[in-house]
Amino acid sequence: MNWLLDLTPDEWNAVRLSIKVATVAMIASLPPGILLALLLARGRFWGKTLLNGLVHLPLILPPVVTGYLLLLTFGRRGPAGAFLAEHFGIVFSFRWTGAALACGVMGFPLMVRAIRLSIEAVDRRIEAAAGTLGANPLWVFATITLPLILPGLIAGAILSFAKAMGEFGATITFVSNIPNETQTLPSAIYTFTQVPGGDEGALRLTLISIVISMVALIASEVLARRVGRRMDIE
Amino acid sequence: MTVSVDIHHQLGEFALEARFESAGRLTALFGPSGSGKSTLINLIAGLIRPDRGRISVDGNVLVDTAARIFVPMHKRRIGMVFQDARLFPHMSVAANLRYGRWFTPASERYAKMDAVVDLLGIRHLLDRRPAKLSGGEKQRVAIGRALLASPKLLLMDEPLASLDEARKAGILPYIERLRDETKIPIVYVSHSVAEVARLASDVVVLSQGKVAAAGPTEAIMQRLDLLPAEERGEGGAVLDTKVLRHDEAFGMTVLGSQAGEIRVPRLARLVGATVRLRIRARDVMIATEQPTGLSALNILAGTIAAVRPGIEPTVEIAIDCNGAIVLARITEQSKHTLRLALGHKVFAVIKTVSFDSATTGAGLSVEADG
Repeated sequence: MNWLLDLTPDEWNAVRLSIKVATVAMIASLPPGILLALLLARGRFWGKTLLNGLVHLPLILPPVVTGYLLLLTFGRRGPAGAFLAEHFGIVFSFRWTGAALACGVMGFPLMVRAIRLSIEAVDRRIEAAAGTLGANPLWVFATITLPLILPGLIAGAILSFAKAMGEFGATITFVSNIPNETQTLPSAIYTFTQVPGGDEGALRLTLISIVISMVALIASEVLARRVGRRMDIE
Repeated sequence: MTVSVDIHHQLGEFALEARFESAGRLTALFGPSGSGKSTLINLIAGLIRPDRGRISVDGNVLVDTAARIFVPMHKRRIGMVFQDARLFPHMSVAANLRYGRWFTPASERYAKMDAVVDLLGIRHLLDRRPAKLSGGEKQRVAIGRALLASPKLLLMDEPLASLDEARKAGILPYIERLRDETKIPIVYVSHSVAEVARLASDVVVLSQGKVAAAGPTEAIMQRLDLLPAEERGEGGAVLDTKVLRHDEAFGMTVLGSQAGEIRVPRLARLVGATVRLRIRARDVMIATEQPTGLSALNILAGTIAAVRPGIEPTVEIAIDCNGAIVLARITEQSKHTLRLALGHKVFAVIKTVSFDSATTGAGLSVEADG
């Protein structure tokens, strides 16, 4: 057991970084994810099919392509990257923030899909009832819709987190593989497999990766079940 | 409080063209399914925007398409009770009840939690979740939730339609108390003659998207031609009566009315209580002389005030019994044989057993609990 927990500082950093990147990616994706899910589930506008396709694009494209597109857009010389760096001091390229962006983008379709399905399952007549009681649309969303879609929200968030924990292609293309800055668990494992005698390290990180994923999954199950029991939908 | 509606709304093939005004305590929108009554109530609530027209409640304009006014539903302060309750599944009954309070300005909160909970008999349900309630209980909670938002007008969209007879009988007394003990005017959608006759002060009859008639309940219920075909047998006179005494030996209750004393099966009501009695036209026989040797206990003397053709082969005879109209539906042949005509003195004969809980509304001795 000792050899498993006896991680080198670099390995620990990879674990910590991965959790940080996945958490930030998940939390930052939630507001736009909910908004887009709402638009796709309820909106009636021209170009909805196109928007739906765009959201799903990272799921279909090779991750390298997504990473390269991110590099073109959010890199130092990319239009969005230059703008954000100049006006807000936010830099993505070759930083952990860039890894979080790549992971968030890759997990986004999964999150939006889960939330959208749960929004579509909400009985709009119940929302109308809240409206007749004096709640304006924002209050209706906060007090009725949001609690009712909570299980879907949790599922979407966990999917996004899990995807971020495993994301490799887009991340390494966009922000490379810099220890202590952009080297997440998958990148670290990849590095170990590229050097002689790295098998033991790769195995250690693989096991840790499995443990983190399992814990996240079980936590989401428990959470969703607790929410579901509280709700007892007819 | 006056509700005034004048709207035109197109829904596919169906056109709703309704104009009426009502100042009643409880106005029933009455008609068969598909007549547009639910659409109408949704328009008043603000759930639908009309193509053209104007709706106002007590002078406050809610919609006026000509003036480009549309008050959104959350600003209307109109309570709504839906056929399917629509309680919030993620909240307890108490939280459901409190929901509307939040959005009501403190100075306009006239509804008191304790009073409403007692009025509807739902105190024992407060901690439960909606999923754990019976249909009747859900509907009572839904009524309470609407009331506690302190609405200026209460709309009820067939609140009893999805309940069985026993549960209906369990809720009706609560709606009567609501009508009599609170000051909120109610608009009540129904296709049931029994409910309308018992609850409504005024009736607006809808037929194929148009107002076929509007007026006080007593007058409308006698117009059998206005009732939907499957409910026509339920039509007849509606009399306001008082419990005079109970005849325990024979299990009967004697009601006093303008038309005279009427004996009905024993009612679970106290002496002095008012009972709104519906006498189905098909249950009334006509005799030209005071009948003797007859088992029927109720014999009311009167004169024929109107003879109207009914559905073939029947005629409707309106008998003026001391100022109260009793309606009889008899065959064309009987009318011919008895030579009935306007102004003749006749006797209306009604069997005691023809009255049931649906027509006395008071519930017979065994009161069903919802």
